[in-house]
Amino acid sequence: MECKCQTEMIPKFADAAIDISPLLPVLEAYSGVQGSLITVLQKAQELYGYLPADLLAYIARRLGVAPAKVMGVVSFYTQFRTKPAGKHLILICQGTACHVNGSAEIERAVREYLGVEEGEISKDGLFSYNNVACLGCCSLSPVMMIGDKTYGALTGKSVAKILKEIEKEEAE
Amino acid sequence: MRITVGKGSCGIAAGALEIFELLKSGASEKQLDCPVTATGCVGMCYLEPIVNIIEDDGFVRTYVKVNAEAAGEILKSAAGEQNRAEEYAIADEDAAGLKSQSRVALKNCGIINPESIDEYLAQDGYAAARKCIGEMTPERVIEEVKISGIGGRGGAGFPTWFKWNAARASAGEKKYVICNADEGDPGAFMDRALIEGDPHAVIEGMLIAAYAIGSDEGVVYVRAEYPLAIERLEKAIGQAKERGFLGKNIFGGGFSFNLRIKAGAGAFVCGEETALIASLEGERGMPRLKPPFPAQKGFWGKPSNINNVETYANIPWIMRNGGAAFSAMGTESSKGTKVFALTGKIAKGGLVEAPMGGSIREVIFGVGGGIKDGKAFKAVQMGGPSGGCIPAELSDTLIDYRALAETGAIMGSGGMVVMDETTCMVDMARFFLDFTCRESCGKCVHCRIGTRRMLEIMERICDGKGADGDIEQLTGLADEIKNGALCALGQTAPNPVLTTLRYFKNEYEDHIYRKKCTAHACKALLSYEIDAERCTGCTLCARKCPADAISGERKLPHKIDMNKCIKCGKCAEVCRFDAVAID
Ligand SMILES: Cc1cc2nc3c(=O)[nH]c(=O)nc-3n(C[C@H](O)[C@H](O)[C@H](O)COP(=O)(O)O)c2cc1C
Ligand code: FES
Repeated sequence: MECKCQTEMIPKFADAAIDISPLLPVLEAYSGVQGSLITVLQKAQELYGYLPADLLAYIARRLGVAPAKVMGVVSFYTQFRTKPAGKHLILICQGTACHVNGSAEIERAVREYLGVEEGEISKDGLFSYNNVACLGCCSLSPVMMIGDKTYGALTGKSVAKILKEIEKEEAE
Repeated sequence: MRITVGKGSCGIAAGALEIFELLKSGASEKQLDCPVTATGCVGMCYLEPIVNIIEDDGFVRTYVKVNAEAAGEILKSAAGEQNRAEEYAIADEDAAGLKSQSRVALKNCGIINPESIDEYLAQDGYAAARKCIGEMTPERVIEEVKISGIGGRGGAGFPTWFKWNAARASAGEKKYVICNADEGDPGAFMDRALIEGDPHAVIEGMLIAAYAIGSDEGVVYVRAEYPLAIERLEKAIGQAKERGFLGKNIFGGGFSFNLRIKAGAGAFVCGEETALIASLEGERGMPRLKPPFPAQKGFWGKPSNINNVETYANIPWIMRNGGAAFSAMGTESSKGTKVFALTGKIAKGGLVEAPMGGSIREVIFGVGGGIKDGKAFKAVQMGGPSGGCIPAELSDTLIDYRALAETGAIMGSGGMVVMDETTCMVDMARFFLDFTCRESCGKCVHCRIGTRRMLEIMERICDGKGADGDIEQLTGLADEIKNGALCALGQTAPNPVLTTLRYFKNEYEDHIYRKKCTAHACKALLSYEIDAERCTGCTLCARKCPADAISGERKLPHKIDMNKCIKCGKCAEVCRFDAVAID
């Protein structure tokens, strides 16, 4: 069977509502650099918030690697998302220290507050959450991270308070 | 006089940024001639945010759990005004705990400003590299590392000099020095604290390694979850370049070395060295068979030396003080000091550096302050997903590679997750298997499918569906996986199950045969009952129950319908009369 990804994915990209111009300098800088695929994908995700399939196909073509290989790398690493995230991405630590100190409760509190499952976006588009392995602040467990900010010594109540606070800021 | 604020990730999470700003603006308002600077984590995470006032003569006053009010008092104290700062001063016991440590790798952490190369230089920074490159042959450097007896801090404790020597001896012009800062063991954060608190020590260690093996290019592979570490390291590399400690013709000796950072993308297995190299090359991070070892064929097929962050951070100290000073600490099989991350149900969680050869008890009940909330110590997990649970009875075990291995656990990278009577050991084993199963790269069948089969059994047991023969099946699978898996991730994945089976078999049997979880952690095995004597009929539980499983008249004892109960524990949580009994 012939590989269809080049013929089927790339034309579709032309219709997609993604502006590739911010990515062009990145591709320019890395196009000749061996082994830069992960770095390019990280920069792309920083720019777009996630990695839509069409964008991946485009990156594959520009870097001269097979789309299957790009997909292979994307699916291997947990950092990469092929679906959009909420405006505020919540990372809930499920590492050993946090597990021992009740991270399951924290996930429950977040899930109940947002009314969505892991990886889904809340109705208002503000939040989504993912479980991660360890945020390196184990002494403050249980821990979660929202954006660049780490919150420690959490309880179900404090989680709701933190999320409410962000909602309030957003409303202003 | 100057004021320092601990701005490691842990300090920041506790509110150090706000305190820093308060002190800074307050100091300029009061027109104090007193700079406010940042330091890394000093290790007493349970006391963050931590603020120091350092007098010109070096006298230090430490304030802990600093809030906005405390910051105001500290400023008054700095200004010589009447104040109540004493209320926030560190307790003698905590200060003594810090003093009692032997700090080699953590020497500068929490002391210097990690973003200032001058402060690092003031602590004899880059003196070791200058000495090595200026006065010693690479062979002499390796010899000194050999004398120190240091073993790799990434987990296995493999002699560092041996790896350096092998990389040096490998043929080829181009060689690489790689720093493993992937720190995948969940519950460990030594490497993060080191890079955030003293990035130049890691750079200097790598520089010395590069000189020893004859490499001109280095990479630090940092996990993506550590944005602050990446930021500080980036800054430090920039400063080192500016000062000529990195780049061409370092110290005028004709030796060149460049260093860059590669951010990981979230995969535990990338901590394994061959997988790390695959990831550096932009591939899926899948391990390969060894040999060839990275020292022979590593990054881009060239000889490469891979060490852990803490290993490199020890090197400058060793070179300044001599290998013999390092090997004078520790035991026969484990030289020097080791940094441990104390977490879990510990009273004083944080980082501790101690000579090898102390006992587990000394660490947990000494600096660690014992168990949180007066509960009973049950076990400590060491070595993460590759390690095991050491029971309280064995807490006199010495912290030494060999002694720990005899318990079935391993030293690992230094994470110590402490567990008390409320931790279910079967659930812990399930937790680690769930982790390794998810993180298995899928290349070899034993790891990919074997861990999955084990996990299924563990989940069944925790769900109250355990059956006779499960334990035998677990040990059988464990044996197969240990022998058949391609890399150490798979080979060690059964360890958490095997050690808990060895020391806590009764808990497995309780789960399987009595359908009970004595630690009250496995939900499916719990039953809830309302004590009619204690219940006042306040109706609170009935109102809070999400499953509508509780009924009863106001002011009369209530009842739980176990057919409806989803065992969420809400009733026990909200009851003010302790009337909900859990079994
Ligand atoms: C599954 C797995 C994960 C590992 N994770 C790490 C890690 O996060 N950090 C680390 O330094 N070493 C890790 N190692 C050990 C490395 O393979 C390697 O031995 C180490 O980086 C060598 O450095 P050292 O000799 O200084 O310890 C891991 C090994 C395995 C098998
Ligand atoms: S285990 Fe949660 S931060 Fe490390």
